[in-house]
Amino acid sequence: MDFPSLLIDLKKLYPPERLLTSPAQVAPFESDALTSYQARPQAVVLAETQDEVIETVRMCHLWGVPFVARGSGTSLSGGSLPVPEGIVIALNRLNRLVRLDPEQRLAVVEAGMVNLSISQAAAPHRLYYAPDPSSQLIATIGGNLAFNAGGAHCLKYAMTSNHVLGLKVVLPDGEVVHLGSESLESVGPDLVGLFVGSEGLFGIALEVTLRLLPKPEKFRTVLAAYHSLEAAGNTVTQVVAAGLLPGAIEIMDNLAIQAAEAAVQAGYPADAQGLLIVELDGEAEVVEQEFKALMEVINASAPYEVSIAKDEADRMRIWKGRKSAFSAVGRLSPDYLVQDGVVPRGRLGEALAEIQRLSREYGVRVANVFHAGDGNLHPLILFDGREPGALKRAKALASETLELCVKLGGSITGEHGIGMEKRAYLPVMFSQTDLEVMHAIYQQIDPSGLSNRGKMFPEGM
Amino acid sequence: MNIQPNSIEELQATVTQHQRLMVKGGGSKQPLSAKRPETTVIDLSSLSGMIEYQPAEFTFTALAGTRLEAVEEQLAENNQFLPFDPPLVAAGATLGGTVAAGLSGPGRFRYGGVRDFLLGVAFIDAQGRLVRAGGRVVKNAAGFDLAKLMVGSLGGYGALVELSFKVFPKPDGTITIKSSFSDLKHALEAMVKVSTAPLDLYALEVQPLSDETLLLARLGGPADTLLKRIDRLKDLIGHGEAIEGQKERDFWWDERHFKWAPADYALVKVPLTYRRVLRLDAILDQADALRRYSVGANLAWVAWPGSLEVLDGFLNQLDLSGLVVGGKEPASQLGVRRGESFARRVKQALDPQGRWVEV
Repeated sequence: MDFPSLLIDLKKLYPPERLLTSPAQVAPFESDALTSYQARPQAVVLAETQDEVIETVRMCHLWGVPFVARGSGTSLSGGSLPVPEGIVIALNRLNRLVRLDPEQRLAVVEAGMVNLSISQAAAPHRLYYAPDPSSQLIATIGGNLAFNAGGAHCLKYAMTSNHVLGLKVVLPDGEVVHLGSESLESVGPDLVGLFVGSEGLFGIALEVTLRLLPKPEKFRTVLAAYHSLEAAGNTVTQVVAAGLLPGAIEIMDNLAIQAAEAAVQAGYPADAQGLLIVELDGEAEVVEQEFKALMEVINASAPYEVSIAKDEADRMRIWKGRKSAFSAVGRLSPDYLVQDGVVPRGRLGEALAEIQRLSREYGVRVANVFHAGDGNLHPLILFDGREPGALKRAKALASETLELCVKLGGSITGEHGIGMEKRAYLPVMFSQTDLEVMHAIYQQIDPSGLSNRGKMFPEGM
Repeated sequence: MNIQPNSIEELQATVTQHQRLMVKGGGSKQPLSAKRPETTVIDLSSLSGMIEYQPAEFTFTALAGTRLEAVEEQLAENNQFLPFDPPLVAAGATLGGTVAAGLSGPGRFRYGGVRDFLLGVAFIDAQGRLVRAGGRVVKNAAGFDLAKLMVGSLGGYGALVELSFKVFPKPDGTITIKSSFSDLKHALEAMVKVSTAPLDLYALEVQPLSDETLLLARLGGPADTLLKRIDRLKDLIGHGEAIEGQKERDFWWDERHFKWAPADYALVKVPLTYRRVLRLDAILDQADALRRYSVGANLAWVAWPGSLEVLDGFLNQLDLSGLVVGGKEPASQLGVRRGESFARRVKQALDPQGRWVEV
């Protein structure tokens, strides 16, 4: 590894204002949304073109210096945590819309383009990009892709991976490859599918071809308040059993409701113990029919309050509360950890009860906001980092929730990825053989471990 | 030589005793499963049956040799289905073969293809080890997505033994509109108009026939919405006749079984996009090939009468890929291969000795 030589080369490639090396300049890149991890990189480059990224990767490969690609740094699993001996390649400026093809319902975008701006660009054609992680206002498509981001509408529309058609990628040794195409279909192994969610270990996506969908003609968004979290959870089972396929089914508990209310005044019933949000979307005729069926189920579940979004503004208000829940929790607690384990839908009640028990046992407050339709939990574990032992207790509780999810037949992560945070737990879910096989692929793609070193695999692998 | 393991353990034990192996499921895609020289064929038909099906979870896990026919029957009992309309069900296609060949039918248009419904896999690698990836729940981002890697892998990375899928509630009813056009260009224009409209379309196909070109658009959903919605669709297209009931269901069933393709032609899957259709079609027309443009023209099914080498050349010229799934001759991929250097690295990792024959 020869950082001084790399720096000489980088100075030829980047003007001084886009090559950051002083501690003050690189400090903002020390961590991502998982702030309990920090590492100071040797340098940060602000790439503006695909060629700059390719050149930078080639230089890193030549001098053996590890690199971490970074978008807006919204990873909740520490996915873009820098490597102290390496550099950060910041991609926010690599954000061009290369091509929008409404007739073929696709968009070709650069990796640094922000998720929501893709839908905004497609809006004049009444198309949109379906995956909507709560961070979509700032998160970039490159990060979404690396960690296979989800969102509130996965039940019907699935995850990032299901919307990526093609990729232009620079591999860790500087080779540029094209995977997939513009078609929904392909021949040969699904390499796009393998690349999406590979947590930056396979190199950097430069250009991404995304599938767009026609904007649903009609939405029906229903808010139902319950006196218990369990009652809200049981309603989810009923909705799904009725054969409905809502775009989203979300639940928030009382602590999360209070936080969201304090932050954005979404108009949620403040005393609800369980708040259910169900959204139907699609063709107007169909949505209206399904809405009748949905209301039958909801009314039978005896909520103490029901409200229905009157118009688009009302609907956006409901979603704003839900989507700001994570940041809103900052008002309740100086620090928090968030997990995103998945359990089979039918075991949600069991999982929530156990999390509540753990919360009492550890004396740690836990707020719950979750994608109930997917069985995707999001316990927000609140703590004060200045208090001795608090982080340790929070981590211990987090660890128990992950093991719980695996025990119930689920997954340790639904959409945030393993990153730094959960790498010790990958062996809870996969056998040594499973991990060895994944690692063998990793070693063929990046034998020197330059790209996003240290993520996903357990330490020592 | 053919071997037919009766259990996963038996399969594991036999793998390292053979130099060159290939996997066969139901044999419904003959060119892919036809025995290659000096190769041992592993017949997976005994590894069959549902392992876990939880209707309330809308997920199931089954052995790879399970026939789609059996799966669809069980799902239907609970009013559920695989929305991507897997092809060749009645011909004996299995879950494993469908994943390995990467095949989806007309319903792929609405919610996605086989890749989008596959949640997890277990496979036997070249060392005879049982490897798991993905999961059994509808959402999962842990570890590399080797389940997707297996889609279209044609057995080159190992033998699939278990597969987990998500399923969806079956729509109350379906209805199709059939509109006739004088030529392909006009049919495609109408197709784009329909595909970009906010409609819950299940399938969308263009079929060039000898004296007309048909556009077929299928809707699904609550039964009492169908007639009103089909009228709206008709207005959008300008003309057409509705097909309903058993006749409609039979029509799409036949499409999934390529009833239109002559048995002595090669049947080839060609992924493409709408903008490439006219150029490809001119060549196909010249060669007297029959064809269907499925999934909103994201996929051409070509029944090719001549030599596959000729078609291979045409596909290369047009920067397209093909997969031969029907016909008499052993065959596989045609045209350009995408991401080859990446695929080679994966193969090197999973099967450096090349035990699993890449058909």
